[in-house]
This record gives sequence, structure tokens and C-alpha cells, in this order.
Amino acid sequence: MSTPLAPSRHGGNAASLPVRILRHGRYETGLMLRNGEQLVLAVVLPLLALVGLTLVDVLDGVGPTRIDAAAPGVLALCVVSTAFTGQGIATGFDRRYGVLTFLSTTPLGKAGLIFGKAVAVLCVLALQVVLVSAVALVLGWRPDPAGILAALPLLLLGTAAFTSLGLLIAGTVRPEATLAITNLAWVLLAAAGGLLLPADRLPGALSALVGFLPSAALGDGLRAALMDGVLPLGPVVVLLLWAVAAGAAATRWFKWT
Amino acid sequence: MSSSTPALTVDGLRKDFGPIAALDGRMVRVLHGIHLRAEFGAVTTLLGTNGAGKSTTLACAQGLLKPDGGTVSLLGHDPYRAGSEIRSRVGVMLQDGGLPPSVRPAALLKHVAGMFRTPEDPVALMARLGIDEFAHTPIRRLSGGQKQRVALAAALVGRPEAVFLDEPSAGLDPQSRQTVFELIRELRDAGLAIVLTTHLMDDAQRLSDYVYIIAGGRNVAEGTVAELTSHEPTEARVLELAAEGRLAADPGLTAAGLTVHPDGDGRVRIAGISTTAHLSAVTAWLERRGVLPTALSMQPRTLEDVFLHLAGGSAADSAGRPLDPPGAPDHRNRRLPQEQATPLEQRPNGTA
Repeated sequence: MSTPLAPSRHGGNAASLPVRILRHGRYETGLMLRNGEQLVLAVVLPLLALVGLTLVDVLDGVGPTRIDAAAPGVLALCVVSTAFTGQGIATGFDRRYGVLTFLSTTPLGKAGLIFGKAVAVLCVLALQVVLVSAVALVLGWRPDPAGILAALPLLLLGTAAFTSLGLLIAGTVRPEATLAITNLAWVLLAAAGGLLLPADRLPGALSALVGFLPSAALGDGLRAALMDGVLPLGPVVVLLLWAVAAGAAATRWFKWT
Repeated sequence: MSSSTPALTVDGLRKDFGPIAALDGRMVRVLHGIHLRAEFGAVTTLLGTNGAGKSTTLACAQGLLKPDGGTVSLLGHDPYRAGSEIRSRVGVMLQDGGLPPSVRPAALLKHVAGMFRTPEDPVALMARLGIDEFAHTPIRRLSGGQKQRVALAAALVGRPEAVFLDEPSAGLDPQSRQTVFELIRELRDAGLAIVLTTHLMDDAQRLSDYVYIIAGGRNVAEGTVAELTSHEPTEARVLELAAEGRLAADPGLTAAGLTVHPDGDGRVRIAGISTTAHLSAVTAWLERRGVLPTALSMQPRTLEDVFLHLAGGSAADSAGRPLDPPGAPDHRNRRLPQEQATPLEQRPNGTA
């Protein structure tokens, strides 16, 4: 009987909502950074893509130099790695193990859980952007200074759209299926979804179709921003529509158990 | 510390699952109007076989599931709509734990504590439950009993006024079980309302102030442990008979307070035979049905018979179905005999 175990007895005992969200964000950031597979997906593969794209000629003619054309696409790939694939898989397994149910019984609640995850995705993405940008600068990247500010809303919109899509999949199918779908989508979107290669570089019909994907909107948008210093309207609208639609679908169909 | 207002009241709780594809898209009713009441400073137990509806009842009481009928009041609020302030006053231990496999107990409990304004000290709580020995081992590598203690600590770290414990002794070795039971009694003495589920008679007997026996999604008996264990005539027998053809109860038999429990292979059991009048009712029933049994024997009543009699025939029968045919006697005030202190699994064969 060393510990007195008495109820708090003064009504509610919940920490405030911002505190709960930030603490859950910090906790989930730690989990993501300690997960080896997620680090490969979030850091190693994007850096390999960055270096690889400066060694081959697929991006020749897209920008002033290969690295100028490659870096924005790799930043877009980082968004898909963390917000979509990594987050989707983690949430899918949390759902399987009842972790989502348990946490939703604590003061964190469902809203705190979602916003906390969003905070964690943004923290990890910030680290990815710093790391990829540093390596790209060493490789000779010279982004348009005016475009850096324009890249921010694109990254945020892309994060919102891909986080919602990841949660939609994680909340509706088995975690093994989530794992397969999000990994396959990562490969397909990286190769032919407008992330690393501009959508207009793809063969005819595919090119038009891919232009409406959130991946192409993010990739092409970031390339326009960081190479030409503009915030292109088309990609912003496409990303906004995907974020709203996927957010609404996830809210509607996400199953907690 | 007990208060006149109960921590939890549940009335007429109904819950349907489905549509179930395997049943042509029909809904299955799993709770048929459950009622219960949990006071502060008391351990309230839901006792029943697997699939009886205990966990579904708890999920509705915790606000995890939306009831399809009836009312639930937790700390004076509808738990399904309750916000973080109500959740902060309630601790929940889920049956499967709900623990993240890659996280270490110390980190998890620190994180959960961070959701509260004035939590319990996680380090002291871990020491109390013996978690400190494996505080830095990932949860996936813990034994079932160790996970169980971590889940209990996670339910208590916010210093709740009411706690829900779904099968708290599952997987525990005798020593951890003792630790957990002591803690539960201490929490009760500190004024908490404790609602737990178990399928073990022994747990119910040792911990509970008030027991609700649930079967087939219905209340079948309730009372204090003393009430439930003191009055059942222990000389009650079970009549087993075998016959060709269908043997269903008729109003004449049910009027005598007897119900028929098919065992398969044309055998049936009729529990609660304690007077010669009961025996006459059975033979009169056989006469009305025109059935001459091929075998007929009286058996002493075992623990399992008592429980299954209350639980409505067989454990496999209990999920999502009504217990008894219409017109069956109300079991609400039936008593459990003393022998039920033994867990079902350790029932001595053929003796009571």
C-alpha cells in the first residue's frame, strides 16, 4: 500500500486540448523516427532517388540543371512517404491492436488522436525537408528564392490530402492490405504518378490522367514553385479538392475497430 | 465515500450488430435490454460465459458503442456523447489491452499520464503493479499477464473515479492475480466505482459487492455474493433422458418451473429437480408428448449445470439469441449455490 490511489475528485482531470495534441504529436513523432522501415521509406529511398536522378538523363530539359529538376520531386515523394504510406501503415496496425480504441477512451479522444498524428507527420516532414534540401544544396541545387514561400502551402496541402488518403485506407481495410496498397502506390506514384517525373513527360493519355492525381499536383506544383518562383493555381486547386474529398471520406468511413 | 447517485446506470440497453452478410444481411440483436447499476465504493461484476454480451455492454457503458435502445448514464452523462472531461474521470481496461506492441510500458504510461492534469505518478504505479521489472521491454515481448498489468496501470494512471476492467484476471499467474485483486479492493475502498467482467466464478466471488449474471444478452440473475450463494437448494438434481423424436418443453412443464436443455443426439437435460412434484411434472410431460424414453437417470447437479441452467442451455447457445423459449420462467431471482466459487474450468467431474 505504498502508493495512495485515490480518485482525483475534483471533476475533470483532462490536460487541455492543445497540450494533449502536442504531447500525442511528440509521442507519435518518436514512434515514427524509431521505426526502421519507416526511416528507409522516409529518408533513405528519397535520398537515393535524389542522387540517382542527378546521374541519369530522364529529367534533362525539365529544369536548368538535373538537381534543380530533381529536388522538388523528391520533396513531394517525402510527403507521400510519411503522410500516406508510413502513417497509413502505422494507423492500420494501431487499429488492429486496439490502440486507437484504447487511446480514444483517454482524454485524448478521437479528435486529439487525429490532430496529434497530423502534428507528428508535419514534424517528420520538416526533418525530411531539411535533410533533403541540405543534400540537394550540396549537390548544387539553387531553388528560386521566391518559390520557397510558395512551396510551403503546397507541402501543407499535399500533407493534408495524403494524410487523409492514408487514414481512409487504414481505417477501412485490414492492416496487411493497407501495407500492400500504400507501398505499391508509393512505387507507382514515384515512377509514373507525377512525383519525380513531370506529368507531361508521361505518354499521351496517361499524362492527362495523371495530371489530376494529387501526386502530380504536388510534384508539378513544387517544380513550378522552386524552379520558376510561382505558386501555380491548377495544382493548388487539385490538391485542395483531394484534401477535402479524402478528408470527408475518411471522416465518413474510418472504422476505429 | 459512497454517493447516493450511482456512477453508472444502464436501463433497457439494446444493441444490434450487422447487417451480417452470412445471415443474408440480417441484423443480430446481441443485447436484449440489459440493466445494471454501479455504485461508488463498490465492485460491480458482470458474470457470464464468453459471448454472453458482457464486453458489448461495457463498450456501450464506456461510450465506445452507440446503443440501439435504452439509456446509459455514466457519471451523470451520456457516455457516447461525453467529452474529454468525462473521459478524464473514467479509466478503461480493454479485453485485448489495446497496447501498442512496439512501445515500452514506461513510455506508454508516461504518455497516457500526459493526457491528464494531475495523473498518478507512473513510476510509483509501475512499482505497485510490479511493472518496473519489465518497464523497458517492448510490449510485444511481454507475457499475457504482464500486458494485463500494463493495461490495468494505463486505466488507473489518470486517477479515475470509475474504472471498467474487462476480464482483469485473464492470463495472470496466481501471484499477479493476488496483486491485482488487492489493488482492486484498495481502489474500491478509496471510493471508486469498479465495473468488471469475468467468466470465472472464483473472481466474481472474491471481488464483487454486487453481481449481474448475463447470458444471451439478458440479465438472468443478480444480487450480492451472499444473496447469490446462500439459498439454492443444494439437493437439486438434473434429470437426463434419451428418447427418439423431438422433445420440446410445453406450458405444463414450464409452469412447474422447469426448462429443457437439449444435449444433442436425442438427449436432453432438465435441471432444478428438487421435489417429487418436479418429477411428476416431467413424467406428465412425457405422457402428453407420447414419448417413452430409452434412458432416464437422475444426476447430482454440477457447477456447470447450475451456471448453464442460468445461462440458458449451453455456452455455444448464448451469443445473439434469446435464451429461453417464450413463457419460460423469469430467472431474475434465481440463486447460485456455494459450489460456484470454483472456476468453471476446474469443475470436479460429476460432483457438486
